Amino acid sequence: MKRETWITGIGILSCLGEGGESHWQAFTDGKINFDKAGYPPYIVHPLPPMSFDAQIPKKGDQRQMEPWQRIGVYGAGLALDSAGVKGNPDILGRMDMIVAAGGGERDLAVDGAILSGLPKAGANPRDQDRFLNERLMSGLRPTLFLAQLSNLLAGNISIVHGVTGSSRTFMGEESAGVDAVRIALARIAAGQSDITLVGGAQNAERKEMLMLYEFGSFALKDAFHPVWERAAHPGFALGSMGAFLVLEASEHARGRSAKPLARLAAVVNARSDRKPDAIAATLAKLWATLPAIGPDSAVISGATGAAPATAEERAFLDTHTDIVVRATGTHIGHGVEPQFAMNIALAALAVERGTLFPSRDPSERTMTGALTQAVVTGVGHWRGEGLALVEAFG
Amino acid sequence: MASMRDKAGRPIVVVTGSGLVTSLGVGKADNWRRLTAGESGIREITRFGTDMLKTKVAGTVDFIPLEPYSAPALCERLAEPAIEEAIAQSGLGSRGHFPGPLFLAVAPVEVEWPQRAALAKGSGANEAVSYEDLLRAAASGRYRSYHERFLFASVGETLAVKFGTTGSPISLSTACASGASAIQLGLEAIRRGETDAALCVATDGSVNPETLIRFSLLSALSVQNDPPHAAAKPFARNRDGFVMAEGAGALVLESYEAAVARGAKILGVVAGCGELADSFHRTRSSPDGKPIIGCIKSAIADAGLVPDDIDYINAHGTGTPENDKMECMCLSAVLGERVKNVPISSNKSMIGHTLSAAGAVEAVITLMTLEHQRIPPTINYQVPDPAIPLDVVPNTARDARIRNVISNSFGFGGQNVSLVMAREPA
Repeated sequence: MKRETWITGIGILSCLGEGGESHWQAFTDGKINFDKAGYPPYIVHPLPPMSFDAQIPKKGDQRQMEPWQRIGVYGAGLALDSAGVKGNPDILGRMDMIVAAGGGERDLAVDGAILSGLPKAGANPRDQDRFLNERLMSGLRPTLFLAQLSNLLAGNISIVHGVTGSSRTFMGEESAGVDAVRIALARIAAGQSDITLVGGAQNAERKEMLMLYEFGSFALKDAFHPVWERAAHPGFALGSMGAFLVLEASEHARGRSAKPLARLAAVVNARSDRKPDAIAATLAKLWATLPAIGPDSAVISGATGAAPATAEERAFLDTHTDIVVRATGTHIGHGVEPQFAMNIALAALAVERGTLFPSRDPSERTMTGALTQAVVTGVGHWRGEGLALVEAFG
Repeated sequence: MASMRDKAGRPIVVVTGSGLVTSLGVGKADNWRRLTAGESGIREITRFGTDMLKTKVAGTVDFIPLEPYSAPALCERLAEPAIEEAIAQSGLGSRGHFPGPLFLAVAPVEVEWPQRAALAKGSGANEAVSYEDLLRAAASGRYRSYHERFLFASVGETLAVKFGTTGSPISLSTACASGASAIQLGLEAIRRGETDAALCVATDGSVNPETLIRFSLLSALSVQNDPPHAAAKPFARNRDGFVMAEGAGALVLESYEAAVARGAKILGVVAGCGELADSFHRTRSSPDGKPIIGCIKSAIADAGLVPDDIDYINAHGTGTPENDKMECMCLSAVLGERVKNVPISSNKSMIGHTLSAAGAVEAVITLMTLEHQRIPPTINYQVPDPAIPLDVVPNTARDARIRNVISNSFGFGGQNVSLVMAREPA
């Protein structure tokens, strides 16, 4: 059994605002929104100030979450609205869910106070351990743990929106985001699921997250350039974003007269060893497994600006001289786990409209013809290579 | 010749290799001997000082050397011998080439206190230390190894390379149900026909001060530290919380057809899996038990069985007041009056709660229970709880005729997964 899978809902929010329509308008206008002032010298793409009330009506629920969870629960709500299943207990009660997640925010003030006090706590390790224990026991909010646990984004989506058919959380940066969509698609195609909510969230405005990527010199500093033009100053700018898709078996969508945005024809991924040129070779192999790509197609690239991954992806894409490329990371930054779902959503918006948005990057060619297919790329800054094919109807 | 497909027409999925590391030891033989002798692996924590902590015991695995300790490093280190044992038993593939994907349940990862302290020191900050100082130290390039170590993909990447699994390794968390979810993902992949084999692994080595304190602040842990081996008391009236523990379980899942074709020994069948999320609360189950009841029922139905076919339950049985009561109530709803006569035991009474690893660790033990037709006991059962009128196989192992078994796993965030495992089809 191989069932056709449709994208019947998208829920996205980023530095460009919220919802498909506003994102489409922002990309059409070539809008880029980044911030250099908040976390100098690092560059991030922050969310605009927003209220979460529309999708998380209970203040008590909002208080139980840290920002990454609020962003995700909000995005999930937008996706359910978009698919027309919000508040429909019959469907939500059997809707499956796969979330790609990292971990939640830490209490930086508690951390700082502990690190300041540790050297003065005594010379022997036992004194230092005692100090750490005492400060953590008294300083940590008991419920903060629940805002940090990876699977509690999914848990909060169950609580706030009632999605309870199943709940799985994949961890592992960009690859987790690709695997989440791949497994969701495979389960629907094989009849293991009729309808699945899949996606993730990122809060870029976090020093501990910047630190994790800065260990490997991956965080973009000082000067902003489009992702393809960062050879001299490589790095990715973290982007706050939430991105969720409602994927649905075509027969299930027809049964409830849902209007699809696009068809999700394929998701493939791999793990290369990242030796020189491994990314290009892996992408070539994956590309060869996709269904036929016609002339009315484009690439929505998840290129991050990280070295050498972005240069190698570009080298591969340059072998397809007939296909136009758009790297969305220039506009919205790198969301890591939700990046792939975000780009599938943007691809769905484009093929649904039958046209590609313009580019602000001179290295990306203009496209004048109709658009019916979009290949989405997701190349992790450290590991993982993935592709998806999104197709228009008709 | 037995059919290669189940009642729903899907490929039957069997286990052809398994491996185990717990606080009782490395390897299945040692673990089985000690589990059936009713021994406890819970001990006083020596990895770090426990002054000021209410809980001072855990099922740590300290007999496998590791320096420096970090949770992901220990997760990796514990998974390796479990996987080696499982693959060796299955005889599948060749060294460094396992012919299937990796599904890995692993503890969530973050930078830990020794690293944070090293960064603070390396930053040269004199007085108040802030994240600006840590970021400055990170930017020096001297802590490059922290990047890979503390990525969520790190453990899975290393294991995928070492054992040569195919495709993208999937790391996952469904909190304390993670190990069962890893098995479920392997089961589904084989049922889809994507692969003939899958390596399903769960590992947890996260007994460190902050993780312990987080559970402690939620009042989830036993505080009866003396003696350590008596702290975990599932189903007993004086139970007062779970005991954190470390360990790893690994299973080689294979389509029955492929296993039979190559003459592999069949350890058991993963006959069914059920899953249902709870939307009631972040840490508490819905008081009516509907999600857990639905989860167990769907696992039995997925296996093509009825409740009367179940003759042993490997409990989630954490030893928290709420879990054990809820698990009893939900099993009663599914099994009816029979529930009092169906033996149920909690491995956690001996090995503690291995958290992300528990679902797979306990699946490996459940398969041994089926193989040996002998049920490991629930130890520390001295004070029966009248609210839990179950046959918990108290304190002493017991021989029994067992064909079909449920293994339950429940976790924070409304995670519920139940597996049904069975003996090889006749």
